[in-house]
Amino acid sequence: MAGNNGPDGTGETGPRNDRKGDIRDDELERRRRELGASLAARHPKAIEGEDNAQAGGSTGYGQAFKLSSEFIAGVVVGIAIGWMVDHLAGTSPWGLIVFLLVGFAAGVLNVLRSAGMVAGFGQTKSGAGPKDLK
Amino acid sequence: MAAADKVDPIHQFHINKIVPIEIGGYDLSFTNSSLFMVVTVLVASAFLYLATSGRHLVPTRWQSSAELTYEFIANMLKDSAGTQGMRFFPFVFSLFMFILVANLLGLFPYFFTVTSHIIVTFALSVLVIGVVLVYGLAKHGFGFFKLFAPSGVPAILIPLVAIIEVVSFLSRPVSLSVRLFANMLAGHITLKVFAGFIVSLSALGGVGVAGAVLPLIMTVAITGLEVLVACLQAYVFAILTCMYLNDALHPGH
Repeated sequence: MAGNNGPDGTGETGPRNDRKGDIRDDELERRRRELGASLAARHPKAIEGEDNAQAGGSTGYGQAFKLSSEFIAGVVVGIAIGWMVDHLAGTSPWGLIVFLLVGFAAGVLNVLRSAGMVAGFGQTKSGAGPKDLK
Repeated sequence: MAAADKVDPIHQFHINKIVPIEIGGYDLSFTNSSLFMVVTVLVASAFLYLATSGRHLVPTRWQSSAELTYEFIANMLKDSAGTQGMRFFPFVFSLFMFILVANLLGLFPYFFTVTSHIIVTFALSVLVIGVVLVYGLAKHGFGFFKLFAPSGVPAILIPLVAIIEVVSFLSRPVSLSVRLFANMLAGHITLKVFAGFIVSLSALGGVGVAGAVLPLIMTVAITGLEVLVACLQAYVFAILTCMYLNDALHPGH
């Protein structure tokens, strides 16, 4: 496909450039700037659309998957750490209990963070806080 | 296929050995999963190589689709990790193309879906977190750990908050891999179950065949949805990778 189109495209542009010269280049340049401007004007809309797609997926299905996987991941990692601490230190139920609770807290933090209600990693709360607390 | 009315929706996820290899007690066989990973890499490379081999100033359709994917990922990376993030472009782009092509290939009947196995997606996400950790520690040294101590927290609470933040950080690869794997697994099982309804209903005779139209419509609709999910999950994986890389580049902000 690409190979067939190649010679045609380059063959056509050569002679035309010779005939029309600089005017055509200026015209192209102007058109390209116009196109760039109109694309830039559309860009914020496109970004918003992407954000929605990322947050919502199709209906609430994507959102549900996202939030539940965040929460479960926190709890699972907490349990895994607790189990390993118990295994290494021999403090049988306590590591599991403590880290299950920590994992629960981390899961809630993950959910709030992915829902955009808490500032991200290492960021100060003042930036995102007041607007999102409502 | 022994019993036509009993369709096993899980059968498609079976791993079969194609070339059994065993080295030092470890099973390193070349399986159908490995085969489709190789196919995925080949398809992705072939697509990009053939599409860009022309190098036209006015791109052809194939070249323009390749350029679209490039600009899509490049803009995503620049938006979320800044221009410094562009050094990770090959990494993010390879991840995105691998997952996208693997997801889309899995939609073909009789094809194996690589990303429907959690160990594959977990390996990918551990790779991401590994890059974040290694690069963050190499660039910022000890300062990278500021990531776990948010500013503005009372000094007494710092140890507790830091532990929670560390667990939250460690849960990222898990949630990243679980999300991709669960979406692909659930989608393929749903597809198989509805397709199975068609077979079992049409075995009932005239009324059954008429009724089988409903699950057929569902199957077509879900296939469309699955194409969307396949692209969306590749996108989500890539954008989360960008956000995690942002943490490695600018911890503490």
